[in-house]
Amino acid sequence: MKPAPFEYYAPTSVEEALATLQNLGYDGKVLAGGQSLIPAMNFRMARPAALVDLNKIKELFYIKPTDDGGLAIGTMTRDSVVEKDPLVAERFPIVPYVVKHIAHPQIRNRGTFGGAIAHADPAAQIPALSVALQARFLVRKQGGERWVNAEEFFMGPFMTVLEPEEMLAEVALPPMAKGSGASYQQVSRQKGGYAQAAVISVVVVDENKRCKDARVVLFSVGETPILSQAARKILMGNLPTPEAIAEVAEKISKEEVDPGTDIHGTAEYRRHLVKVLVRRGLTEAFERAK
Amino acid sequence: MAQTVKINVTVNGEQVEREVEPRLLLSDFIRHDLGLTGTHVGCEHGLCGACTILMDGEAVRSCTIFAVQADGHELQTVESLGTPDNLHPIQQAFIEKHALQCGFCTPGFLMTLVDYLGDNPNPTEEEIREAIDGNFCRCTGYFNIIEAVKLAAEKMASH
Repeated sequence: MKPAPFEYYAPTSVEEALATLQNLGYDGKVLAGGQSLIPAMNFRMARPAALVDLNKIKELFYIKPTDDGGLAIGTMTRDSVVEKDPLVAERFPIVPYVVKHIAHPQIRNRGTFGGAIAHADPAAQIPALSVALQARFLVRKQGGERWVNAEEFFMGPFMTVLEPEEMLAEVALPPMAKGSGASYQQVSRQKGGYAQAAVISVVVVDENKRCKDARVVLFSVGETPILSQAARKILMGNLPTPEAIAEVAEKISKEEVDPGTDIHGTAEYRRHLVKVLVRRGLTEAFERAK
Repeated sequence: MAQTVKINVTVNGEQVEREVEPRLLLSDFIRHDLGLTGTHVGCEHGLCGACTILMDGEAVRSCTIFAVQADGHELQTVESLGTPDNLHPIQQAFIEKHALQCGFCTPGFLMTLVDYLGDNPNPTEEEIREAIDGNFCRCTGYFNIIEAVKLAAEKMASH
C-alpha cells in the first residue's frame, strides 16, 4: 500500500460533512478531486489521519447563472465540466481557456474547481484566476458560514484562511464589467506541465479606450497568486500605450514577483519571462477589451 | 484491525463486491484484487498516464483514486476493448502503424483514446497531441501513435 493508513468518511450531504469535520478537528482533511492530495499521500508527504471525501455529495456539483450576470460554481465541479460548459464560455471566455492549461485531460476529469483553490498550490491556475476575476468564496462550517474574497484567501504555499473545521462550498464569480478584456499567458516546459511563469490579465476600458481597471495576476513566481499594484498605478485613467505596458512589465518583473531557481530555470530567467508575458498579456487583454 | 469498506463496482460489465482498505489505490485494486493486469502502473502519482481507465465513461488515472471511491461506479479497463481475434479499431490501428514498442504505456493510451475519439471522432493533429498530452511513451517518440490515432479515427468512422 502506498499511502499511510487513514480513517475514511464519505458523507452524502454538506451537513454531514461539516459535522464530521467539526468532530475530527485537526485530524480531518477534505478529499475533493484528489489529483494533488492523493499523489502527496502516495509519496507519504501527506499523512492525514482522516479523509472526508466530498465526492458523494451531489449538492456540491453545479454551475448556476446568477441574476447579475455572474456564476456560482459548486466546489466539486470537475475542471473538465467547467472547461466545456457553454454558460461559462459565454460569460467568462477566459475561464475555459485557462482551465484547458491545467495538467491533462484525465486529471481535469477528476480535479475540481474548488479543490484547486483550497489546495492553494502557488503554481496552480485556478487560485490565480479567482483573484483576477474577483471571485468570492463561500466557506462553511457546522452552524455557520462566511464569504471570503479571493484576494484575502491565500496565505502562502498550500496555506489558506480555511480553519480545520471549515470547507470551501462555492465559488461566486461576479460578472465581467462592460468594456473588459482578458488574456492568459504562460510558459511551461511541456504541455500540461507546471508553468515556469504565468500571468492572467483582466482589464476594463472606458468609451475613450482609457484604462478603468487592470487586474494583472502572476503565479508560479511567488508564494501565492500575486495581484500587481504597479499595473493599476501606471495604467488607470490612461491610454494603454505600448510604452505604458512596457513600464508595467518592467516594474512587475523587477519589484513585484519573487521567483525561485530550480532545475527548470533560474530566478533571473523567470523574471525575464514575467516581463515578456505581462507585456504580451496586457497587449492582448486591451485588444480584446470591449 | 484496519478499517475496511465494502464496495460494489461494475468492472467491464460485471458486478464485483469486495472489502477494501480505504488506502488501497484503484490501480492496485484492479491489478491485485481483480487480477486485471492490463492496467499498468508507472509513476503512481498521476504523471505518466499508464494506469488510465474509464470511470463512468471518462478517462481517469486509477493511481490517484482510492478503490473505495469507485463504489457505485462503472469501470472499464483495457481488457474490455477487444480480443486477439477481434481487436478494437484503436488496437488494430496501433498495430498497423507500429505505435508501440515495449507496450508498457499502451493500455493507458488506448483507454485515453477510447474516451477521446468517442467525443471527438475527427480530430486534427494538434487536437490529437492535446488529447494524449497526459500519456508518456518513452519508446516511440509519439509520431507513430499520432498516425495510429488518425487511422483509428478513420476505422471508427467507417464502422
